[in-house]
Amino acid sequence: MDIHYSADDLAFQAEVKAFLRDNLDAALAARVAAGAELTRAEMEGWHATLNARGWVAGHWPREAGGQGWGAVQRHIFDEECALANAPRIVPFGVNMLGPVLLAFGTPGQQAHYLPRILDDTDWWCQGYSEPGAGSDLASLRTRAVREGDDYVINGQKTWTTLGQHANRIFCLVRTATEGKPQEGISFILVDLDTPGIEMRPIRLIEGGYEVNEVFFTDVRVPVTNLVGKENQGWTIAKYLLGHERTSIVGVGFNLEAFERVRTMARNIRRGGRRLIEDPLFAARLAQIEIDLEALKLTNLRMLAAAEGKGQLGDAPSMLKIKGTVIRQALNDLARRALGPAAAPFPSEALEGNLALAAPEHAAAAADYFNNRKLSIFGGSNEIQRNIVAKGLLGA
Amino acid sequence: MDFTPTDDRRMLTETLDRFLAAEYPVEHRMKIAYDLPCHDAGLWAQLAELGALGALLPEEAGGFGGAGFDVTTVFEALGRTLCPEPVLGALMALRLLQAAGQDATDVLEGTRRMALAVGEADGSPELDDIACTARDEGDGWRLSGRKSVVYGGPAAHAFLVAARNGDALGLWEVDAGAAEVAGYAMIDGGGAAELLLSDTRGRLVMADARAALEDALDWGRLALCAEAVGAMDRAHALTIDYLRTRKQFGRPIGAFQALQHRAVDMGIEIEQARSITIHAAGSMGTPGQSRAVSMAKSLIGRVGRQISEEAVQMHGGIAMTWEAAISHYAKRLVMIDHQLGDTDTHLARVMAAYAA
Repeated sequence: MDIHYSADDLAFQAEVKAFLRDNLDAALAARVAAGAELTRAEMEGWHATLNARGWVAGHWPREAGGQGWGAVQRHIFDEECALANAPRIVPFGVNMLGPVLLAFGTPGQQAHYLPRILDDTDWWCQGYSEPGAGSDLASLRTRAVREGDDYVINGQKTWTTLGQHANRIFCLVRTATEGKPQEGISFILVDLDTPGIEMRPIRLIEGGYEVNEVFFTDVRVPVTNLVGKENQGWTIAKYLLGHERTSIVGVGFNLEAFERVRTMARNIRRGGRRLIEDPLFAARLAQIEIDLEALKLTNLRMLAAAEGKGQLGDAPSMLKIKGTVIRQALNDLARRALGPAAAPFPSEALEGNLALAAPEHAAAAADYFNNRKLSIFGGSNEIQRNIVAKGLLGA
Repeated sequence: MDFTPTDDRRMLTETLDRFLAAEYPVEHRMKIAYDLPCHDAGLWAQLAELGALGALLPEEAGGFGGAGFDVTTVFEALGRTLCPEPVLGALMALRLLQAAGQDATDVLEGTRRMALAVGEADGSPELDDIACTARDEGDGWRLSGRKSVVYGGPAAHAFLVAARNGDALGLWEVDAGAAEVAGYAMIDGGGAAELLLSDTRGRLVMADARAALEDALDWGRLALCAEAVGAMDRAHALTIDYLRTRKQFGRPIGAFQALQHRAVDMGIEIEQARSITIHAAGSMGTPGQSRAVSMAKSLIGRVGRQISEEAVQMHGGIAMTWEAAISHYAKRLVMIDHQLGDTDTHLARVMAAYAA
């Protein structure tokens, strides 16, 4: 048993650190640290920086434009990026559709779409959930009916994250109504410029805007946009969700969030002492650090086991539950740390001398409310428990 | 022992519930709660007329209630509809005016709105940490310093300001027009303000206000606990309703035992929250008041967050949207813990008494 990285892994970690030091703009990192809503240009700029180094999709195979990173290298890269407050890579092309096309796409689809993900020609978004199909995703009702060389799509998708920036959407659609609901689903690629598509913003709990509803009315999509075979979309959907889950865990984001709360608690003075000297607050922080230390190792143990097999089994579900709960506990603590100063509505907050909190901490309450999503999206934590229970009990 | 409300309080509950449901429905609340001054003057006058302010003071001070249970009756009703009106500031100001033996008729009638400016920029809930100063200049008093997160500040005509005069902690009245008032809407709705005082004229209300301030803050904490209980009841009801109506996997999600148990646990915790609030209300004016209030505020802070998070989780994605009423209940239930001392502050107060 050796809990340390191998020499190769350590060398890779040093390389990533050096790259981030030399290429990540300090002002941009500060905005990420403050939880600012990044502009499209900022997200695209970071994507381009990574792409120039060949690291935007390091976990893809070399022949597809990646580096062929294994699970441990990918983890090191993600963790270092998170700790350095690099913008999060927009995951829909790189982490979701890319692996799907590599596993299920035709050579033609791979050759066309993968380079466009890497160079950011295409910004993909996700058309999975529907108003009536959330946890029960297989009950989705958006229909795709074959007419000649096209599918004609009618229906509605929701929770489409960053769809306002996207030019394409990958969708789960119903292509058959007989048999089990899972058996009539197909996975299809749609150009958002196609006539009949309307995207509407959804305002979120804290007042921000990052998700959308997408309406499809007689949208004609060529059958060549189907990925895999007709009515085999459920297999693809589950494959993609496994990848999504793995990227939600984000141990690196948890480590960064922990450091942020610790810094807050050191800097905030209340009642003549630093907040970190308040034994009740410090106890809460220490409890979370202990859980996080364990999660780091749980994550590494599961990654190491996966590196040989290439299969994660139930691990992504377990990690997703624990990782999101810890992250939410850190968000809770950051909000508490502000005391009464957590009150202002984000866009109404006073600035300059009148500001109630340091700019990098001012959004703590908004972040806490926004991140309640972590235990809901990507398959709610209840659904993850169902998945693990099925493995345990075979039920 | 009798836990049934008196007829008068039952009638006040019915009156306020009916009024707020009709005049302050969720659509109207959204219009008022997040835009300065976060206050509807017309409805404020009606609230006063219906007794929402009069119930906060006893008869000898011009009101018709003034007991702990009168205050909880009003604030539970406000919590059920997430009413963003600045009643909390009015309550604390009224208790202080009463303690000072001053006439509060215009505040009770709703023609004059007052807020209590006590907390400062470091967010400490302790009166000992107040740094604002007051100086007697012969021709009157001058106040200097900054008061932070003054609830109801954007709508206030005047502020009661706690400030230091040498070793004494006193209370002064400052007209809104005489000071710099920087208002903002809060993340859970309702208004607050920063009050900037720079040799600002003030009228002395009490030279030694320490005991009266602690008492007024206790009344404010009791009110927040009651508001939370009202909001929890609604959040629970909305969640139960959602469990009954939302269908996934071919059945209402409330058919799943995992969710049933969680809905039951919410209910158990809400009954605990109700009980500790009743305990605090019944302890007002007794030697056990502050301890009972701290116990209540600590439990409410902990349970309020739990109810908020569970309600959101069981609603799923829809609870993450502005459009869904539950998201606003969730925010209010969490943010109450940021007002007048959080769950840890009041836990520490309960703990401190063990060693004494």
